[in-house]
Amino acid sequence: MGNKTPLYDHHQKAGAKIVDFAGWDMPLHYGSQLEEHNHVRQNAGVFDVSHMTIVDVVGEQSKDFLRYLLANDVAKLKEPGKAIYSCMLNESGGVIDDLITYYLAPNRYRLIVNSATREKDLAWIEKQSARFDVKFTPRTDQSILAVQGPNAIEKVRSIFSNGVYERICSLKPFEVMEYDDACVARTGYTGEDGIEAMLPSEVAKDAWDKLLAAGVKPCGLGARDTLRLEAGMNLYGTDMDETTSPLESNLGWTVAWEPAERDFIGRAALTAQKAKTTQRMVGLVLSERGVLRNHLKVIIPGVGEGEITSGSFSPTLQQAIALARVPTDIGEHCFVDIRGKQVPAKVVKPPFVRKGQSVL
Amino acid sequence: MTSPSPNHLKYTASHEWANEESADIVTIGITEHAQSLLGDVVFVELPEVGKNVAAGEGVAVIESVKAAADVYAPVSGEVVEVNDALTSTPELVNSSPYENGWLCKLKMENKEELDKLMLAEAYDAGL
Repeated sequence: MGNKTPLYDHHQKAGAKIVDFAGWDMPLHYGSQLEEHNHVRQNAGVFDVSHMTIVDVVGEQSKDFLRYLLANDVAKLKEPGKAIYSCMLNESGGVIDDLITYYLAPNRYRLIVNSATREKDLAWIEKQSARFDVKFTPRTDQSILAVQGPNAIEKVRSIFSNGVYERICSLKPFEVMEYDDACVARTGYTGEDGIEAMLPSEVAKDAWDKLLAAGVKPCGLGARDTLRLEAGMNLYGTDMDETTSPLESNLGWTVAWEPAERDFIGRAALTAQKAKTTQRMVGLVLSERGVLRNHLKVIIPGVGEGEITSGSFSPTLQQAIALARVPTDIGEHCFVDIRGKQVPAKVVKPPFVRKGQSVL
Repeated sequence: MTSPSPNHLKYTASHEWANEESADIVTIGITEHAQSLLGDVVFVELPEVGKNVAAGEGVAVIESVKAAADVYAPVSGEVVEVNDALTSTPELVNSSPYENGWLCKLKMENKEELDKLMLAEAYDAGL
């Protein structure tokens, strides 16, 4: 028996197929992953992502600490109510985890880190925070619901008071607002409009019921994975880990090199790697019918080989797509070894889909 | 548990079914149980007509959003027809595993192989 989120009984009631995910009993789908995927692209779906870890970072030096801990620079968040995506690196520039930092108030930030990396993340944060005046607290009292899709904002009206709802409507992407003991951000992992709401667990259960009653479809980890892949978003542990740097993971854009005097963990290693990176991450689209899968070999005649890190069938494009780590000079075409057959694929820059539409 | 598997078919432990169409022709496919485990099917790799397969050998590959699964020939024989409809509508394997979602037809070499397959009751008991 694994860990269960406070919404576990709600998933069972909705007909979820439950699977183990990093020690958590989580819904894989509620009947059809494809239908859930399409519903998010066309209407709205809700995901229980309460298995993820919320960590509040509070104290006089919380900003200084996060500027040292993270490869992106939280000083870019000029005022409370804004969020930033970043990698947390080790000394050799490998990715310990990727996370979102929400700037809630002066000297008060919130991180959401992955569930599979919870223990090592907390240990790392504790170790690195020793010389800073900060306190960090995992928030196990809260559940997280992601409501995503073109109709998500309209559909969440039923779960908030009018005043709160108005404030949510005025949020721009990557902005966040707090009310009572809750926090709502215009962020997500699908490439669609929507919110991620961190709510006291009892409030979250009630919100779940109201959302389903409003026609929002419950969606499992299966659809979450194909949606994020279409959106060109990396999955930690699959697309990058401690042995790969952001530069090799299509995450160079999340590394804040300026100001040059900011010291962050991994900076020296990344700087050394910058001039001589031999691998990068690209998108692949299979030209023929078939499905790309994780770990399939990518062959670039005359250049070398690479590997698919995340591959699947794209329900929106009706084609197989993948993220792959390949030699930097891959060019525009390659082959993927599928059961011994070399199948041609096109090299593209992720994302594949944004706001329900192909961007290829 | 789902409803019992159709009585007129024969089954393998690896979740294929075979239907005796005539003296030496069998149609094969995968069971309701197999399709539900696989989830949404998005691609079916069918064999070439004329290919010879031995019982237990891979004859097709079914890819769902989740995984790729080999389909093993329940009996030995030559592929004489494939279900071309699966090229454009692979989801027939989900919606109609015993009828419109059939995979291919084999010309049997040895009818005794068919007789050795499981009856519906035995197959269902093993699920």
